[in-house]
Amino acid sequence: MAPHDLRRPFKRAAISDQQKRRELSLLRQAQNRRDAQQQARCLASSILSLQSSAPESETEQPSIDIETVSETEHESEALSKDLDVGRASKLRGPEVRKWFARQLMLPEWMIDVPDRLSQDWYVFARPAGKRCFVVSSNGTTVSRQRNGSILHHFPSALPAGSKTRDGSGSAQSYCILDCIFHESDQTYYVIDMVCWNGYPLYDCTAEFRFYWLNSKLEESGACNAPSHHLKFRFSTVPVYNCDQSGLYAAYTGVVPYVKDGLLFYNKHAHYQTGNTPLVLVWKDENCSQYVIDTDGKGEIPSQQQVVLELQDDRKLVTSDDPPVSFGCLDGDIIEKSGLQSGILLRFAIGDGGLSFVDGKLEKADLIYLGKSNRARAFADSYSKVIFQFMVRNSPLKVDDLLASINSPDDQEKTPSDIEMAG
Amino acid sequence: MEVTQVLLNAQSIDGAVRKNAEESLKQFQEQNLPGFLLLLSGELVNEEKPVETRKLAGLILKNALDAKDQQRKVELVQRWLLLDGNAKSQIKAGLLKTLSSPVSDARSTASQVIAKVAGIELPHKQWPELIGSLLSNVHQLPAHVKQATLETLGYLCEEVSPDVIDQDQVNKILTAVVQGISASEGNIDVRLAATRALYNALGFAQANFSNDMERDYLMRVVCEATQSPDVRIRQAAFECLVSISSTYYEKLAPYIQDIFNITAKAVREDEEPVALQAVEFWSSICDEETDILEEYGGEFTGDSNIPCFYFIKQAIPALVPMLLETLLKQEEDQDQDEGAWNIAMAGGTCLGLVARTVGDDIVPLVVPFIEENITKPDWRQREAATYAFGSILEGPSPEKLIPLVNVALTFMLTALTKDPNSHVKDTTAWTLGRIFEFLHGSAVDTPIITQANCQQIITVLLQSMKDTPNVAEKACGALYFLAQGYEDVGPSSPLTPFFQEIVQSLLTVTHREDARESRLRTAAYETLNEVVRCSTEETAPLVLQLVPVITLELHNTLEGQKLSSDEKEKQSELQGLLCGCLQVIIQKLGSSESTKYVFMQYADQIMGLFLKVFACRSATVHEEAMLAIGALAYAAGPDFAKYMPEFYRYLEMGLQNFEEYQVCAVTVGVVGDICRALEDKIVPYCDGIMTQLLKNLSSNQLHRSVKPPIFSCFGDIALAVGEYFEKYLMWAMSALQSAAELSTHTTGDDELIEYINTLRNGILEAYSGIFQGFKNSPKTQLLIPYAPHILQFLDGIYMEKDMDDVVMKTAIGVLGDLADTLGSHAASLIQQSVSSKDFLNECLSSEDLMIKESAEWAKLAITRAISV
Repeated sequence: MAPHDLRRPFKRAAISDQQKRRELSLLRQAQNRRDAQQQARCLASSILSLQSSAPESETEQPSIDIETVSETEHESEALSKDLDVGRASKLRGPEVRKWFARQLMLPEWMIDVPDRLSQDWYVFARPAGKRCFVVSSNGTTVSRQRNGSILHHFPSALPAGSKTRDGSGSAQSYCILDCIFHESDQTYYVIDMVCWNGYPLYDCTAEFRFYWLNSKLEESGACNAPSHHLKFRFSTVPVYNCDQSGLYAAYTGVVPYVKDGLLFYNKHAHYQTGNTPLVLVWKDENCSQYVIDTDGKGEIPSQQQVVLELQDDRKLVTSDDPPVSFGCLDGDIIEKSGLQSGILLRFAIGDGGLSFVDGKLEKADLIYLGKSNRARAFADSYSKVIFQFMVRNSPLKVDDLLASINSPDDQEKTPSDIEMAG
Repeated sequence: MEVTQVLLNAQSIDGAVRKNAEESLKQFQEQNLPGFLLLLSGELVNEEKPVETRKLAGLILKNALDAKDQQRKVELVQRWLLLDGNAKSQIKAGLLKTLSSPVSDARSTASQVIAKVAGIELPHKQWPELIGSLLSNVHQLPAHVKQATLETLGYLCEEVSPDVIDQDQVNKILTAVVQGISASEGNIDVRLAATRALYNALGFAQANFSNDMERDYLMRVVCEATQSPDVRIRQAAFECLVSISSTYYEKLAPYIQDIFNITAKAVREDEEPVALQAVEFWSSICDEETDILEEYGGEFTGDSNIPCFYFIKQAIPALVPMLLETLLKQEEDQDQDEGAWNIAMAGGTCLGLVARTVGDDIVPLVVPFIEENITKPDWRQREAATYAFGSILEGPSPEKLIPLVNVALTFMLTALTKDPNSHVKDTTAWTLGRIFEFLHGSAVDTPIITQANCQQIITVLLQSMKDTPNVAEKACGALYFLAQGYEDVGPSSPLTPFFQEIVQSLLTVTHREDARESRLRTAAYETLNEVVRCSTEETAPLVLQLVPVITLELHNTLEGQKLSSDEKEKQSELQGLLCGCLQVIIQKLGSSESTKYVFMQYADQIMGLFLKVFACRSATVHEEAMLAIGALAYAAGPDFAKYMPEFYRYLEMGLQNFEEYQVCAVTVGVVGDICRALEDKIVPYCDGIMTQLLKNLSSNQLHRSVKPPIFSCFGDIALAVGEYFEKYLMWAMSALQSAAELSTHTTGDDELIEYINTLRNGILEAYSGIFQGFKNSPKTQLLIPYAPHILQFLDGIYMEKDMDDVVMKTAIGVLGDLADTLGSHAASLIQQSVSSKDFLNECLSSEDLMIKESAEWAKLAITRAISV
């Protein structure tokens, strides 16, 4: 160890002229910025004082107001939702389960092919496994399944996901990822990013969320090979533009996980909790082992089964918002079985099947089976019931999807010039 | 791989052999890292290998664990942690074994590597047995093992942070170290290693220094070591005292008298390296006490952590004479030697610090020394007296000093021209500079420069600029402060009659053959800049005449072709000085409409030169040229658009310069200048600029100080381009939002809180610019979704109660801008926010006019928004 240098500045000014020039430049820039802003404000404030002395009614058109007020309300809802994320990390017990159960964005089933598939949509192969929310906060990571129950409690490389020396597990930062836990390689496949490092992405488009997901997740080190300390690996999934080659790649491409259908994301859609038509799931035998729903024993029942919620007015409804009614339950059964409204009930679809008028469900031949499994948190969605029904009757095939991309309808709908031949 | 031969080759004089060896080492490392490191540790431990390959092996091993570059360091640490456990155990065992080697270089190298490994592993609770096994080594007999082990403990304490080692082990380390220092240890090398180790271990001794008995013992051992027969041990022991003076200032009272006696004896009698440390002890105490006094304004209150013990005030009757004595021990040529540091310089520096610490009290103790020596025939006495005078000019009150200065000024001016000794002249010119720095200017009531002596002062200073480079440089410095004192003198400056002559003399200095010595040329340009900055309108025509002169100089620097790297550096330095000078001139002339108009005729020519200066470099841009271009953009206004096509690539280069973050920060500032100059004409360049700025924000390589100005710059761009900013809105807002969340709450030291406030200010300026930019556009509604978060941010920082005045002003302004732009769409949100009530009221009753003004604006805008 060499002796330590103790030289001090000798006959020197404390600050160099260059540093002074820099500082003066910054000062000038700050002053100019203030001036520019001040100018903008002065302009506005003179307009304001003029206007506020004018009669109120002339200043703005009321119709515009009405429209935007509703938007504002919508946004303040979004705000309280964002706040909840912070608060939710402090919730305990059953509350937390309920809260998380409501936070997932749930795809509708694809029962017809949306327009502009190739322009506005992404597609990727959905990993088979347990859909869950992964939340990192306060130095730990918890994964919760759709019904809110905890799957794993573990340290991760996500921000705030493990106790680290630099104390990055502060209460301010947390992440919420929408994942599928894939059992065989013990990997969390991240299919969407809801909050990253304290920053909520609810109100961002899928395009942005996927971009952020791909850059941030890798950066965090969460995708690294598992270690003794960090047991579970995270991984992204390959996302394609839903053009012909993208769809084909998602459908046939080799991925390190077992596929369970394809997910379609509308690029402009925000992360919206609950069922949304802007995310769609589709499957066939080639890309999923579970095309037709199985029963509790893993066998395909001879008749399609559905789970519906019983309402006050005895109506049996789906989990959609607004709910779709499949009919009414007989008052006898309600009384005999002591059923209360809100309960989830299981039915089979009888030979009468489902009948539609103008694309709307008209009648369903329901056979009451009993109460649903207690682990269920939601009734089936309308699109799920219909998809299952279609699978058993006239399925939507991959060729239909490819064909719709190719069809001229799906090209840019700009009218082309027509030459008059006379 | 035959590692020994390769390592020998790597040290060969033959460049080709060396390169070859380095290449194969690199290759092996890339192919098989654990194998490579094992091989190196095997080489280091092997007693049959030549000492030079063992050393080099250890060095490469060390470099595989640590690097100066922070990013690289983190990578290396990660790499080591993930390395195969077996390999690591073997390497570590080899390192520990090497500590017993009879070869001292091998031991010493191993010590350093062990400390690096410990620095990585101990914080991860790995290698728990290390300290135990080192401590057991200390009790082994061979002195060289003991010595190496103590050295290792010393390095280890340097690498590892104290909270990683538990108190029990700290106690054992300290015990071993202190035993090694104490007189009962017979071996000198062991004592030296122990004393040096203690220096690093002191940071671990917090608990021990709180225990009276243990502290007494530690202090006794250190003080005894200052009396060791071995000069290296004495020096190391004084280093410990210096470290104790800052780390344990508040525990020193019982020992200060003894320490004074020890240091005084060392300063007077001991060899210079020891004496320098003894002086440094008192300088360090001065630092501590001025910090405490500055922080608490001299009023010690219950909530300050450390009281001031006024050690310096009590010591000055003996301390000041001791320091004055040192002033007489100058070296002949110390003023020409930039690296010089001797007892006279240390003593003089300490005297200046003492003056700052005690103020007026020092004056009567120094004046007799000045009076007695300043006229003596021996130059040493005259120089020492002058230096003593110069040293006490900062600290004591002007009332106390001005009578002295009035008497001394004429004497000094005479000495500067007539004294036969260059050293005396150097110090005299420096002292004049200090007089002007601290006692001349609008803040001082009784002027020391009057109509009667002004002419003489300037004549003497300009004359001295022809003296030797070191004297001329100090004369320039004195003129710098002379000009600065007239900064706000009003429309007519006493310097006006001399302006032309001063500028001419300074330009002459810049052309001196020896202008590169003693940084003379830099000093001359800096002084020229200050003279221009502080000039008044009377001399504007003369400043204008400078433009073609400096422009021509800059043009001349571009002549040279095929320069050597040394010449390139000189060229770049000179270009920097000239661009700096032009920047100051542009700013001066641009600040008034009449001079700006005349100046602008040179703008094309100047801009052309700046672009050529940029072209001189391939990879980076010249910071000074960039600063000057900012000033030019500001002066040129919309006309600057014509330079953009050519300038843009350099702007982009500047924004990409992460390594020289100052350049990056300066360039970000220039983007702001250009936005204000061009307004919507900047649109064609916005995509590139915004992309780069967003990239910078998401990079963790960029120095954090650049991030706040980048946010402010978003505001500048939005304000300039208005609704066109829509393209970037989502990206900018998401970056702002995450930064806002991070900066709402602060926990940390003052420095961090200051940074957080700068960051908040940048974020808020961005919001202001964006709101104002979108105002009155049909796309205003795009901002509505962001309003809740922004209001939440304002409420959040208000509730934290730690924002400074600047942030307060900007924050309340944002509230106004939000209300103004969103109007009734945000009415209910605004009414729900704390900011619109408590925060606004607090700002409305603020004494700060800027805050008040912004608050009134906000109030008006809110009233309007909620009344609809």
